[in-house]
Amino acid sequence: MRADLDIIQEWIPAGSRVLDLGCGNGELLAWLRDHKRVSGYGLEIDPDNLTECVRKGINVIEQDLNKGLGNFASNSFDVVVMTQALQAVTYPDRILDEMLRVGRQCIITFPNFGHWRCRWYLASKGKMPVSEFLPYTWYNTPNIHFCTFKDFEALCHERQAQVLDRLAVDHQHRHNWASKLWPNLLGEIGIYRVSSPGFAQHKVAV
Amino acid sequence: MSKVFAEDSVGIVTPQIAHFSEPLALACGRAIAEYDLVYETYGTLNASASNAVLICHALSGHHHAAGYHSETDRKPGWWDSCIGPGKPIDTRRFFVVSLNNLGGCNGSTGPSSIDPDTGQPFGAQFPVLTVEDWVHSQALLADHLGIPVWAAVVGGSLGGMQALQWALTYPERVRHCVAIASAPKLSAQNIAFNEVARQAILSDPEFHGGNFQAEGVIPKRGLMLARMVGHITYLSDDSMGEKFGRGLKSEKLNYDFHSVEFQVESYLRYQGEEFSGRFDANTYLLMTKALDYFDPAAAYGDDLAKTFENVKANFCIMSFTTDWRFSPARSRELVNALMAARKNVCYLEIDAPQGHDAFLIPVPRYLQGFSSYMNRIEI
Repeated sequence: MRADLDIIQEWIPAGSRVLDLGCGNGELLAWLRDHKRVSGYGLEIDPDNLTECVRKGINVIEQDLNKGLGNFASNSFDVVVMTQALQAVTYPDRILDEMLRVGRQCIITFPNFGHWRCRWYLASKGKMPVSEFLPYTWYNTPNIHFCTFKDFEALCHERQAQVLDRLAVDHQHRHNWASKLWPNLLGEIGIYRVSSPGFAQHKVAV
Repeated sequence: MSKVFAEDSVGIVTPQIAHFSEPLALACGRAIAEYDLVYETYGTLNASASNAVLICHALSGHHHAAGYHSETDRKPGWWDSCIGPGKPIDTRRFFVVSLNNLGGCNGSTGPSSIDPDTGQPFGAQFPVLTVEDWVHSQALLADHLGIPVWAAVVGGSLGGMQALQWALTYPERVRHCVAIASAPKLSAQNIAFNEVARQAILSDPEFHGGNFQAEGVIPKRGLMLARMVGHITYLSDDSMGEKFGRGLKSEKLNYDFHSVEFQVESYLRYQGEEFSGRFDANTYLLMTKALDYFDPAAAYGDDLAKTFENVKANFCIMSFTTDWRFSPARSRELVNALMAARKNVCYLEIDAPQGHDAFLIPVPRYLQGFSSYMNRIEI
């Protein structure tokens, strides 16, 4: 399984109900179903991924995250997961609100634009960073809303969402004492577990 | 020399007739004393009868879904794009049953059949049927064929409604329900189109209150109009534009009302003409009523999620982006209710330009998704 998914699965209780936003080829949901009796649904729009999910027997729903989660009731899932999609949606703040409303807990992973390599690239070359991990040019990228760990945590704070767990890892999803000490500088990917008990009362629809 | 069919065709098929002599009680309060259902089968039923798939047809469909009746047949069955060896409903794995619904006009007992009590065609005396009535009669056909549980019940449009009704009425007898380009009930607009079609038939002087057969005529004009208005709703604006645009039959305009001037007029007239020659007007009325009446959530206070509470089937729902007859929003109502009821469901919203008719057309992504779902069904 993809390394970040392997970290995430540990945060998902056995037997829980999970909504996976941008579930890709259904790897996480299939693993959770087979190993932790987890049920739930995955949202996806890529045709090949959809087909792969159907093949795996995943409950996959063709639905665009940019149209919101208005079709899901508040607090209807134990965990809402969104891996590597926050930076690609049109309104990251609204989707975060929606996740907090629909799920009792949310797990979100995203690339950290505050990583030292990004900072160094921008500082030394004066150009938008292009790397093996983020190989797109600025004009041709699905990633339209980059942020740093600090930015994300500020958004969580503003929305009164509580950060329950945080892990800063490198692009191979390893973590060590240094990335724990200076996550915003040394972490390439952030894996966050957040919740907002008050959010279920909000009637948010993107 | 015998004709060679394509490798993915089921080849020559022969319709069969099942006769039922026990009366069937109907939703309208009446009963049919005895009746025939005509059906075709493709593939082989396995020893444990675990590989059977039921095909439910739409408004003007029938039992001949795949293959050819003879070597000289020009066209295969109506869903040949999806049924056959290596096709989404793979006849190497599945035993496929396709019937003509009760009330039909292709061999099953319907308004044009002879009423044994009178020796005359039923005509207007034939009872109005509902989707539930059809499902009951299909269950009796399943008994007749020795099929306790369907691996899948599959249908598009009105056929999808029957597949949904199966999952609701016989939760223990359906493992997978595949409803394509369907809806949980008709909208006011849908009913309005049906009403225009019905009025076209009812107001045809040749209709004779439904007893036209006894008069030796058919309400050809009415049927033609009904089919023409129906056909418009099966196509998308884009696909009509693409196919006909404003193309003319001749070089110039005639400035009269009699000539067939635009290509699209010629096409619709041809469709109407062809249809009026092969379809029974009373059956058409009956089918549109069954569509209008379908509303399983009505018994549950319009709560569709509650309606699905006791179903056991896994669901595959598919819709097409340019379908405005049963738009993707209608399929999403089904999907949202199924998710709220915590049922297993896959939903694919296929980007296709062909409108409602797309479910009959071999759109690559549709076939791919359909195949993936059917292939994962255990037999």
